[in-house]
Amino acid sequence: MSLLELENVTLRFGGLVAVNDVSFSVDEGEVFALVGPNGAGKSTIFNLISRFYDPAEGDIRFDGKSILSLEKHEIADLGIARTFQNIELFEQATVLQNLLVGRHTHRKTNPFSEILFLPSVRRAERDHRAAVENVIDFLDLQPYREKYIAGLPYGVRKVVEMGRALAIEPRLLLLDEPASGLSVEETQDVAFWIEDIRNLMGVTVLMVEHDMGLVSAVSDRVLALAEGKKLALGTPAEVQSDPAVIEAYLGSDDVEGAA
Amino acid sequence: MRIVFKTSYDSDIRMFKHGWHAFWYMALLALAIALPFLVGEFWLGEFTSMLIWSVAGMGLMLLVGHTGLASLGHAAFLAVGAYANVLLQQKLGLPFLVSLPLAGVIAGLVGMLIAIPTTKLHGIYMAIATMAISILTEDIIVILEPWTGGVAGVFPPDIEIFGYGFNRYLNITGMYWLYLGITVLIVLAYKNILRSPLGRSFGAVRDSEISAQAMGINLPRTRTLAFALSCAITGIAGAMMGHFSGIFNNETFNIVISITLLLMIVVGGIGFIQGAFIGAFIITFLPLGISFGRDAIVSIMGGGGMAIPGLESGLFGAIVIAVIIFEPAGLYGRWLKIRTYFELFPFYRRDMFKRQKSYLKTERMR
Repeated sequence: MSLLELENVTLRFGGLVAVNDVSFSVDEGEVFALVGPNGAGKSTIFNLISRFYDPAEGDIRFDGKSILSLEKHEIADLGIARTFQNIELFEQATVLQNLLVGRHTHRKTNPFSEILFLPSVRRAERDHRAAVENVIDFLDLQPYREKYIAGLPYGVRKVVEMGRALAIEPRLLLLDEPASGLSVEETQDVAFWIEDIRNLMGVTVLMVEHDMGLVSAVSDRVLALAEGKKLALGTPAEVQSDPAVIEAYLGSDDVEGAA
Repeated sequence: MRIVFKTSYDSDIRMFKHGWHAFWYMALLALAIALPFLVGEFWLGEFTSMLIWSVAGMGLMLLVGHTGLASLGHAAFLAVGAYANVLLQQKLGLPFLVSLPLAGVIAGLVGMLIAIPTTKLHGIYMAIATMAISILTEDIIVILEPWTGGVAGVFPPDIEIFGYGFNRYLNITGMYWLYLGITVLIVLAYKNILRSPLGRSFGAVRDSEISAQAMGINLPRTRTLAFALSCAITGIAGAMMGHFSGIFNNETFNIVISITLLLMIVVGGIGFIQGAFIGAFIITFLPLGISFGRDAIVSIMGGGGMAIPGLESGLFGAIVIAVIIFEPAGLYGRWLKIRTYFELFPFYRRDMFKRQKSYLKTERMR
């Protein structure tokens, strides 16, 4: 059964059609990748799923129910977590605090009890911390627990952001270019983590990624987009050999020579 | 450098990070409690005034320092708190112990009503909107003369708790202790906010609205709540201020107070509770320092009492400018650096606190 379905989704910014009649569905337990040249509408699709944008046409369904009536902050409650292309961490907070914000959807205490810091709040804090420690162990973030984000290198920030999304304990994880700006070793780590997130945690992964090595290594299916339109959908090998995809990346005239 | 060996999650939940941390704050509290035995009545009055400014500063700090929203209108909420407190006592005959928290609640509710439209604005626009509210408040006080006494002002009754009276001129020691108690309670509440999910959601809204929403934080509700809590604390400070000043009218809570409050927490250190206290200390004792300095100069140089108009605001302005240029983290931020220098001696590096270049932010989707 498909966990996430996009049906004929179209988004226009004035005259520009950023996403043009795109339909696809992501099955539960799958690693699904969106690829395409810059400006193809990949991150825009993420922002549509996060409800930052309203589609002009079409429907987005999660678990069979339309999410278009929901507010931005209600998406996380469904179990959809995401990272951002240009890292959106809470800079003036420690890694630990960032991950704890990821527990917000699991918050059971109300502001009044928190101001008084009742025993129930203390118990809840311990539980949140235990859940966050699992994520820290999984991503090997132990050395950075107390460090402020503002002083961390780029590669670590990427991992922290992934950790914050995992702290939500999502059913669907949206990764926006998880390997951009990472070294070869770090990219390999990301590949292992994505496999473990799917196999051990049972989380469905939808990712945008330019690194075709990573895409081929981890994804079950790939959707190629160009200029907001769907080009090809299939296994990584099928999509990479699709003539329309090659044309979008390399141009149409000299396909043989360029390849 | 002190390394805290943590053996349970509670060591990160606790208010004090280690024994010495607790010791120094307890020592400070003990000193504050013992203060009436150490200084005369005049100075005790000044320290009481400092406590009031600290509470007002904490109110604004919660909004500006921890939620990242600007407000140039907090004098309005001082006024709401002050008038609400006195009216509850005079018209309904409520005792101080009931009217003070209720004044906070009323200021919080008024703040919530105002927050619903204003927190939709950002940065400078929100500052302008709140400033307009501050200016309006002065006029509203005059218009509501039957309640507020208008330009003539109101005279708050003496505070009375279980038959024990508190008055600035008759019993400053009691008033100081009472206000110290209120201040400590507010610090505790503030610390609780910061270490709970509520404080983390405020920080998340401050640092990145977009990912705060992706984490499931309801942005309008969180901002409104921060504004309301901030106004509630400021309202309590207003109620304290009313009893302390003995009389207040529409001019007591003018726009200059709003701006002074904001500058005060900037000088003290944005984002630190301690910053509110340091700022309040400067606000309270700068005029005194100036007058004593002037007296000293006159006694050495002779020439009778000279008065330099605007000296106080000029000096305060100079301090603000110096802080903004040389230490954006405020005086408390400077103190943290000095402390780290000694803790790490001789390994402190100049660029240790320098912010790393922040990476490109996601396009704001507004």
